[in-house]
Amino acid sequence: MVNIIGAGLAGLSAAIALAERGIESNLISQQPSERAQSVLAEGGINAALDTMGEGDAWQEHYADTMRGGCDLADPNAVAGLTSHAPEIVRRLASLGVPFQREGGRIVQRNFGGQKKKRTAYAQSSTGKALMTALIDEARKYEAAGFIHRYAHHELIGLEIENGTCYGAKLWDTYADAVLRCGAPVVLACGGLNGLFPGLTTGAVYNTGGAAALAFAKGAALANPEMIQYHPTTVRISGKRMLVSEAARGEGGRLYVIRSGKPWYFMEELYPELGNLMPRDVVSRAMTQVCAREDCEAQVYLDMTCLSAETWANKLPDLRAELLRYLALDPKTQPIPVSPGIHFFMGGLSVDERHGTSVSGLYAAGECACQYHGANRLGGNSMLAAIYGGSVVAENAAAGQGGELETLGAITAEEKAELAVSPAFANRLRDILLGGLGIVRDASGIERALQAMDKLPSKTTAERNRASVGRAMLLGALARKESRGAHWRSDFPQRDEAFRKTTVATYTNGAVELAFQAIPERRAEL
Amino acid sequence: MTLKILRRKNKAAQPEWKLYEFQPESEKDTVATALTKLNEIIDDPIRWECSCLQKKCGACAMVIDGVPRLACDTFLRDCGPTVRLEPLKKFPVVADLIVDRGVMRENLQTLRLWFEGEARGSEKTDGLAYEASRCLQCGCCLEVCPNYMADGPFTGMAGGVPMARLLAELPQAQCEEAARLYREHVFEGCGKSLACRNVCPAGLDIDGLLVNSNAAAVWKRYFGRG
Repeated sequence: MVNIIGAGLAGLSAAIALAERGIESNLISQQPSERAQSVLAEGGINAALDTMGEGDAWQEHYADTMRGGCDLADPNAVAGLTSHAPEIVRRLASLGVPFQREGGRIVQRNFGGQKKKRTAYAQSSTGKALMTALIDEARKYEAAGFIHRYAHHELIGLEIENGTCYGAKLWDTYADAVLRCGAPVVLACGGLNGLFPGLTTGAVYNTGGAAALAFAKGAALANPEMIQYHPTTVRISGKRMLVSEAARGEGGRLYVIRSGKPWYFMEELYPELGNLMPRDVVSRAMTQVCAREDCEAQVYLDMTCLSAETWANKLPDLRAELLRYLALDPKTQPIPVSPGIHFFMGGLSVDERHGTSVSGLYAAGECACQYHGANRLGGNSMLAAIYGGSVVAENAAAGQGGELETLGAITAEEKAELAVSPAFANRLRDILLGGLGIVRDASGIERALQAMDKLPSKTTAERNRASVGRAMLLGALARKESRGAHWRSDFPQRDEAFRKTTVATYTNGAVELAFQAIPERRAEL
Repeated sequence: MTLKILRRKNKAAQPEWKLYEFQPESEKDTVATALTKLNEIIDDPIRWECSCLQKKCGACAMVIDGVPRLACDTFLRDCGPTVRLEPLKKFPVVADLIVDRGVMRENLQTLRLWFEGEARGSEKTDGLAYEASRCLQCGCCLEVCPNYMADGPFTGMAGGVPMARLLAELPQAQCEEAARLYREHVFEGCGKSLACRNVCPAGLDIDGLLVNSNAAAVWKRYFGRG
């Protein structure tokens, strides 16, 4: 029995792959899979299927992913990811994912940081289509008794002693009961959105609380300073909404008004990939042009050149969202966009087998630091979640114990320690933002660290969250170079001495930092 | 404006209407905004479920001014001076605006909604499969359905819509069992009021999906098959 926390793409993938091996799992999540952040993914999933007659190969997908991540990812893990990608997409098609097809072949679109058309998609709701297919596939194994669903259960404790995980405590939020499961435990609980409430494109339930708990209990974090700002997001009530990279993949253009006229700056600055440079490059360029005296401080995404066919068959959901939430029609009006926090490349430190630094504790999906280095390519997140889940299934040894054990009712004191007050969360967000913007420098990061010293944490959950925030800031301070999403105005060059993984650990109430060598690529891969 | 919210501490407690004043700050504010901001200032936070805030996950379904809707898709600018919020009524209440929608998952189990073999996957069926795969499982359709009852055999469109994906993509030889389950749990229970169509937050083409599923499972016309 394996206990999986989180039922998005990574959790579902792990549970299905375990069931295929005849291993049971408890699939534990705060909400049913339909509410997972994975359903928000839009543009597509990368795989070198080579259906577009461009002579694509997984080795090129590998090279683009490594280059996009500025050589900070584990090359062996990335080789595994990219070489398995075609098989994963074909498997998804066999599960009924309605990928765009023409003449029987899967159509692939352009995406950022990739020179070939490699992104398979289902209109502009690829995540939803993938999730529906995997939820149905998991249902088959639920009926057969291999997957046991617990869909309103929150992780509230990890039993870790001397570097080994023995089990986890869960809160049934409907019955207000506390339950216990044994090891191994797989965390597949999404990104650290809760550190930036209201400012990310992610889901509200992805607070990062589970990763923060694991960190506080001794699991190391890797590259916590690596935060992706997606170039094209818009503000809606309570969050930032993504305008999919597919908009640019299909021909959308970014411009700023310079001296009264539109300036398509990406096309001029980067003639080869233009609007489809990797996300870190685009977001930085947007920030820089907006700061120029001859430019207005607003970038627009012009999609008015897209064909009626594209709007009807490839991006209908994107248009519906913009009409609904901004009352703007991208068919006829340029959309004002700005960079917003979209993805955390950093997370729980895992090895190639997705084991954390704690024995018996695994992590996959966005909560883990794997595959993306200093900048994730669009189209690689869903792939990484599904592949990571399957790697976990190969490696998480089946442990003891069956059904969850009920320990009793949750107490008021326990509930109080799980709370993060909105005032605390918002203050922490504002502090972190001061040090962890698109362009960073030592004085901004140090100011943020000083402000953290004056931020009182009243509960365990607040302390855990603050410690992750501190790890992010310390990582950003120590990485005295510019690489991918981490751009230091005081160290604007990439420095090979820092081609290392930042590893943060929490020991005796303090965050400690070290740099770890990145594995060499094995010859056989 | 005033939010009038039907509250209860837990499933055993008596429900009670409570009034809250809220001043929207922006044209973009929704019922979800109001609940989030109220919970930042009141001592006894209102329990509700909310995940994506952009009508893609179905978590925040509730009855708003008598109509089942998503809180994140209901703009305050379109509401009157008083907005009434209640939990969905066809599911057991957990607390405040939270209901236990687990019955929808059980119904999909009853329908045996999965592929035993490979999906057909063709350009002819992909449109149907895509539309059906957009169902949020929010439960709004069940709220307005005159035929759905929690303990009856009819699953409502929360079962009928996902079933359309299976019926579209199953190879013909494997359709028999799915067709039988569809007839028993969807076709025979549906009175064709199509009230669901008017409230579906995803704006699903329920008529179109029903026509195709009925053709395959009831009238045995395997459109686009062969």
